[in-house]
Amino acid sequence: MKIAVCVSHVPDTATKVIIGSDGKSIDPSGVTYVVNPYDEFAIEEALKTKEQLGGEVVVISLGTDANKESIRKALAMGADSGVLLKDENQRDSFGVAKALAEEIKNQGAEIVFFGKQSVDYDNSITGQLTAELLGYNCVTVVVDLKIDGNKVIAEREIEGGREVVETSLPVVITAQKGLNEPRYASLKGIMAAKRKTIEEKEAAPAENYVEILRMKKPAPKQPGKILGSDASAVPELIRLLREEAKVI
Amino acid sequence: MDFNFTEEQILIRKTVREFAEQEIKPKAKELDEQEKFSPELTKRMGDLGLFGMTLPEKYGGQGMDTLSYIIAVEELARVDGSHAATLAAHNSLGIGPIYYYGTEEQKQKYLPKLCTGEHLWAFGLTEPNAGSDSRGTKTTAKLEGNEWVINGSKIFITNGSAEISLGCTVQTVTGKTEEGKKIFTTILVENGTPGFTAKVMHGKMMWRASNTSELYFDNCRVPKENILGEIGQGSKIMLSTLDNGRLSIAAMGLGLAQGAYEMALKYAKEREQFGRPISKFQIIAFKLADMAMKIELARNLLYKACWLKDQGELFAKEAAMAKLYCSEIAKEVADDAVQIHGGYGLMKEYDVERFYRDQRLLQIGEGTSEIQRLVISRYIGC
Repeated sequence: MKIAVCVSHVPDTATKVIIGSDGKSIDPSGVTYVVNPYDEFAIEEALKTKEQLGGEVVVISLGTDANKESIRKALAMGADSGVLLKDENQRDSFGVAKALAEEIKNQGAEIVFFGKQSVDYDNSITGQLTAELLGYNCVTVVVDLKIDGNKVIAEREIEGGREVVETSLPVVITAQKGLNEPRYASLKGIMAAKRKTIEEKEAAPAENYVEILRMKKPAPKQPGKILGSDASAVPELIRLLREEAKVI
Repeated sequence: MDFNFTEEQILIRKTVREFAEQEIKPKAKELDEQEKFSPELTKRMGDLGLFGMTLPEKYGGQGMDTLSYIIAVEELARVDGSHAATLAAHNSLGIGPIYYYGTEEQKQKYLPKLCTGEHLWAFGLTEPNAGSDSRGTKTTAKLEGNEWVINGSKIFITNGSAEISLGCTVQTVTGKTEEGKKIFTTILVENGTPGFTAKVMHGKMMWRASNTSELYFDNCRVPKENILGEIGQGSKIMLSTLDNGRLSIAAMGLGLAQGAYEMALKYAKEREQFGRPISKFQIIAFKLADMAMKIELARNLLYKACWLKDQGELFAKEAAMAKLYCSEIAKEVADDAVQIHGGYGLMKEYDVERFYRDQRLLQIGEGTSEIQRLVISRYIGC
């Protein structure tokens, strides 16, 4: 059984993002990149699935040579091989999905893991588009997963609760926080990863359907308001929550 | 010149940093307050592969270079001195001598167990009356038949008396030369050997979550083959062990300085006085600039010493310089970091208070600053 996990190389969430001079991309200088945090759950689940069902895990990432660092981390955690789909250009989610779907088909992977979203562009859609292009089933925002033969039972996080769904292989799963505790890349794993190969290929071409026009910083946070420190402030608080904030 | 790190070194730094922040940081304050050594965290460090990092795989190690190991110590020290101490002492003083001087049989017997984090090994050198003057060692070992009989005591021995301590390498006097000079010999002694008592030392100012011990030998008998190296090789083993140990103490100073600096920088940006963050006042900003510069210098010096060692070149002078410089700037940076924190820096609630205490060992342990200067002055021909 071949298991694929798609990994995105994103700016560290602690990074202060600066908008570049073109006004529609971020300035990469001084930005440190990490494995997309949700993809860490995807990698861990891929490894657990392999430990349970056997087979091998291939890590796929689309981008530049810099992405190799994230692929190497997944290899150090225990994945078997890596593929870097090279493309220097900006792609929309469909373009990314197209390249990934092509490679997953090449690999013949029947179980595919994604993070539920990448924390850079936050479109939360690459996994679903890839599933559609492959004609695979797809379960998103998964917090619990069981695979038994051909049967897949997944718990998804939904507003205010959980939904249990059943589907079958082949399948694309997008991982949510809580699905597992990602393991550390042990030092033994780091040394072992040195001997694993990262195959480099040109990414399948794709047209963009979405163009980024510009990027804007969010409006600065408004200062809070203190209405008082005892019960007498409550009526005014309720009035403001109702009339000004319109949340109740 | 190439200042780039290898892919593995980058990954090691990231992994150890993540581990230190997620596993050690949440417990460091409490363990320090209770002066408690944690076998659980030590085991977790072993699971990650931190013990025996530079040893070949056949002994349970990871086959990594010196710089990788130093990066790991630095990253632990950035978060907590005690756990960096457990790691540095076990690797440099515990595992090191057995690996470099042990027979194949001794290596097979001990090293795999010592690389898992389930057991620790100590180095018994310092005595109540033999600190900087290590030739003042009084602990004796006499060969009686097929056994060494050891008598004497050791003090300030890291990792010697934890519940997971397996044994120690003891520096002993085994006789005198014709000119009346002491003959030093190192002997392996397992904890639990009759006549050997290991006692935990309490009441420490710093490294309170690391294990420090007094060791007593009272007609303690061990088999003849427990000798490490040869009779009379004790001084050489001690000196080369300390050369290696200096790199890891330097890494502890560097990591501690880095951690204290990061806390100070963050605090200075958040703390407002006179209507603006104190980092905007030149007197604070310049303090931070000096801290950053000292850390950069310390790092370059230490990494160069590691590079020399990894190239198979002589590195003892640079190791002494790195130990001296890193431990002294750790003191300066921690002191300024407390100053920037003002009154809060004096409170246990802030980690910088612990860093201020932990740095104080670094100018004393494994060769005082005075001894480092002596070593360096001899290398430059004074």
